[in-house]
Amino acid sequence: MGADKYILRVEDIHKAYGDREVLKGVSFNVRKGETKVFIGPSGTGKSTLLRCINQLTLPDQGRVFLNDEEVTNSGTRINYFRQKIGMVFQNFYLFDHLTAVRNVEVALLKVKKMDAAAAREKALEELRRVGMEDWADHYPAELSGGQAQRVSIARALAMDPDVILFDEPTSALDPELTREVLEVMKNLARQGMTMLVVTHEMGFALSVANEVLFMEHGKVVERGTPAQLLNDPAFTRTKNFIGKFRDYNEE
Amino acid sequence: MDTFVFLTTILLPALFDGLIVTLELIATAAPFGLLAGIGVAVGRTYGSRWISLPLRGYVAFIKGCPLLLLLFILYFGLPSIGIRLSPFLASVIGFIFCNSAYNSEYIRGALLSVKEGQMIAAQALGMSRWQSIRYIILPQALRRAIPGMTNEFIYLIKYSSLAFMITAVELTGAGKLVATKYFLFNETFVVIAIVYLFLVTVTTVAANMLEKKFAVPT
Ligand SMILES: Nc1ncnc2c1ncn2[C@@H]1O[C@H](COP(=O)(O)OP(=O)(O)O)[C@@H](O)[C@H]1O
Ligand SMILES: [Mg+2]
Repeated sequence: MGADKYILRVEDIHKAYGDREVLKGVSFNVRKGETKVFIGPSGTGKSTLLRCINQLTLPDQGRVFLNDEEVTNSGTRINYFRQKIGMVFQNFYLFDHLTAVRNVEVALLKVKKMDAAAAREKALEELRRVGMEDWADHYPAELSGGQAQRVSIARALAMDPDVILFDEPTSALDPELTREVLEVMKNLARQGMTMLVVTHEMGFALSVANEVLFMEHGKVVERGTPAQLLNDPAFTRTKNFIGKFRDYNEE
Repeated sequence: MDTFVFLTTILLPALFDGLIVTLELIATAAPFGLLAGIGVAVGRTYGSRWISLPLRGYVAFIKGCPLLLLLFILYFGLPSIGIRLSPFLASVIGFIFCNSAYNSEYIRGALLSVKEGQMIAAQALGMSRWQSIRYIILPQALRRAIPGMTNEFIYLIKYSSLAFMITAVELTGAGKLVATKYFLFNETFVVIAIVYLFLVTVTTVAANMLEKKFAVPT
């Protein structure tokens, strides 16, 4: 099986803060159009892992390849790779001084150097894709959390990324707003977007993921398809974790 | 002499000439004071130690040095090392030093107040550090620095009168020359005070409009 079949390869990522080892050798490969979901207790290194992939955090060891080009140790070319690796954050991080449409177009103008008309058209198109075109001229402070997160997804999509990293995209939202964001993400998955998703939303994980990776203490301890996780008796730790979550959610 | 005749034929023409010089001093110093203030603030906040340390020293020096003394150094001191500046130029340079140092403090505070996520999100989109600062961080910081920089601009209006101490005949200086000659101090200084009050009021109103124009819902 040739490595060239993978859009993203993550090899043996290690990261420590001081003498605290946060990632202890994480590896996985992603095919085009796949959705991989990362679950696990908090403080396990899931956010750190995503940030190592686009080098917002520099790993101590290990390599990342996008379409067989090395993302790690790529110098200033990292700014090119970051256009190809979108990221969506728990707290949205929309640019506070820009309206929704300008949030989406600012990188098209300044990074991709598109002309104003084309950038605006593209930005509106992406807002339409997440159902936010009516809110194009509103500032982040005027949006609900779910709306803000959909704009931030449009902002990531506008760069035409090869893969999008989602770091707990719904953890700051109440259940009603969570639903509207998950709906957008499900549609993206259906449309063939390649996605890595850290989430506590088990329903989403089990229905959308091609593979679920359960992380604990800086390592992927169990991984498999949703069906395997549910039916195979070997996945005890994941099931235990999901079970706890169910109880917790139902309280 | 009739007060009205004194006002209209002697004082106001003299003050008008002085006012022009004052406005020229301010209009020349302020843009450079703003640009240098931005540069100093960005350098101190995002530059390496080799950039931020000297800038920190610069700000500390300017804050610690009385402006009048700075003007004396520029006008009376520099000729001894062969640099001769006109009273106007020496004043403008002194004002730029002073204005930029204080502006930089307001801007630096505003830069530090911009939430960390803004820089992270900008970089995640492929913006370089400089692009992130230029297009995302600075626009937010400058908005927040408007009130502080307005104060600084008002100080500039008022300390521009120090230019007279190195012989640039601006508003205050023009008035003092007339007042001394005709021995009409109260009339003269009241009129001058009214002119400064007018300049400061216009500035305050303009700054409020600027703040409204760039206001972002929070
Ligand atoms: N910049 C940092 N400096 C020091 N420790 C950090 C930093 N970022 C994360 N950590 C630590 O690394 C561990 C893993 O964090 P994180 O990747 O956020 O976990 P998760 O996303 O799974 O909750 C945590 O113990 C956290 O405190
Ligand atoms: Mg996290």
